[in-house]
Amino acid sequence: MSAPLAEIRGLSVSYGRDDARSFALQDVDLDIAKGRRLAVIGESGSGKSTLALALAGLLPPQARIEGAIGWPGLAHPPVAGRDIGMVFQDPGGSLNPVLTIGEQVAEGAVRHLGLDWRAAQSHALALLERVRIPDPQAALGAYPHQFSGGQRQRIAIAAAIAAKPGLLIADEPTSALDMVVQAEIVALLDDLVREAGMTLVFITHDIALASGFADDIAVFQRARLVEKGPAQAVLTKPTHAYTKHLLAAQIDFSTPRLIDGAADA
Amino acid sequence: MHRALTLTRRRIVSSIPVLLIVIIGTFLLLEAAPGDAVDAYLLSLGGGDAGLVAELRQSYGLDQSLVKRLILYVGALLRFDLGWSVAFDRPVLDLIAERLPNTLWLMGAATALAFSLGSLLGIVAGARPGSLTDRALSIGSLALYAVPSFWLGLVLVLVFAVALRWFPTAGIETIASGKTGLARVADIAWHLVLPVSALGFIYLALFLRMMRTGMAEAWRQDFVLFARARGLARRRIVLRHVARNALLPLVTMLGLQAAAMLGGSVVVESVFAIPGFGRLAHEAVSGRDAPLLTGIIIVSAVLVIVVNLLVDIAYAALDPRVGSGEASS
Repeated sequence: MSAPLAEIRGLSVSYGRDDARSFALQDVDLDIAKGRRLAVIGESGSGKSTLALALAGLLPPQARIEGAIGWPGLAHPPVAGRDIGMVFQDPGGSLNPVLTIGEQVAEGAVRHLGLDWRAAQSHALALLERVRIPDPQAALGAYPHQFSGGQRQRIAIAAAIAAKPGLLIADEPTSALDMVVQAEIVALLDDLVREAGMTLVFITHDIALASGFADDIAVFQRARLVEKGPAQAVLTKPTHAYTKHLLAAQIDFSTPRLIDGAADA
Repeated sequence: MHRALTLTRRRIVSSIPVLLIVIIGTFLLLEAAPGDAVDAYLLSLGGGDAGLVAELRQSYGLDQSLVKRLILYVGALLRFDLGWSVAFDRPVLDLIAERLPNTLWLMGAATALAFSLGSLLGIVAGARPGSLTDRALSIGSLALYAVPSFWLGLVLVLVFAVALRWFPTAGIETIASGKTGLARVADIAWHLVLPVSALGFIYLALFLRMMRTGMAEAWRQDFVLFARARGLARRRIVLRHVARNALLPLVTMLGLQAAAMLGGSVVVESVFAIPGFGRLAHEAVSGRDAPLLTGIIIVSAVLVIVVNLLVDIAYAALDPRVGSGEASS
């Protein structure tokens, strides 16, 4: 295994004044290995989304940050959009309702790849094809409300990877979607990451979903990282009580894997 | 284009009952008020005998029944005949055609000033909500909004017309200047600078504050976070993602303001002695000139309907979600 893409050391993120600080993340040490798929698991408020925002440098200005995130895998400090792509939970809200799909997918390429708008539009066309939007040529001139939730999330993914980032962070990308669409989006992310050799950080509360395709798993509970390791080890021999609890809470671990089902469809 | 056409057709059809209600309502309202044009006329004459009163009433058709007069009036309207002004002794349509352009210029220029400068300053304020620039602009606009337009008009006259002598104190153009063509247009524009400023700067504050609020709201939207996560240029985020969305309620506001400005122009026209539509309405009321007043109200209603139709079309052009349901059918 090569040097990690990112090294998180003693990272704490907190809000509020000194006497009443609340921690969103507390003393987290975590490596993100290049080219691997890391699933970050935890319930709401466990700090997993804060981790995503911290990696992308998008924490609000009032957040107090301690510790460090090093990027040994990069020659320069990461630039949001160019080095890190992000996909968020709500595909309806992620896209600007009054701008065309073409403009929104192309604008990242114009910004980071130095393309002019015409070249960026054909780049966007290729991206929409890659995320399997039907009739991508027509989609360029269409608006977000003309697409379903799953399609919007595909478009958001296309926009997120427009500048060919090496790291893709997906923050609960399927939680707002129904089961079948969920599996399709996960399969798409899996394909894209495999094709482009991207590193994926997949944030979810759903351990079954993560277990399907993650190489590594990190479990968060109440702002702390409680367990990390290769997926196989964490799933079969969990050491922390919370991980055991999460695994036990799954209905049936032998249910068919979501991705396999989607790949046939 | 298809969406705009559908919208226009629907709005024109739905505005017919609105106009009818306005016409009947105005007619009944004026009927309910005590006294009529003959009373006002006699007052100006200093009185008259009963024979003259009856004769006058008959010549104006005031001896007819209410329903009959209403039917006659609506019938005349369909032939674009707005009736005869009692106070001016001229056709109502001529009077309105003479006065309305002055007010349209005044209102149009003031709205353009208020909207463009207001939304521009709103973008400056809303680019960084809570910043020093934002707070200065918000307080400044609030102060401006609290100023009555007639007072601002008077101050502008005192400073720029009386003291500095840059602009004329009153009127719409230089009387008997004999100017034609472009020279006349320039003359009118020069006369309009102060009244347009008086009317425009107060509404500017409204647009500024609305833009600023809209932008502060838009900053919290998910797509702005997504735009930031993609590392887009700040300028692009502010203009294309934040301001572009905050613009939508401003356009709606524009339609509502057009009606309010028609009322506001009465005051400014009085201060600057502009022979406009608002002053005409005032004169119609004081002269108990029912045909003129009804005509003015109907033309105002048509004006407001047309402005709102234009606003709706502009809104549909700006927001792709509007009318998309019917577009496919």
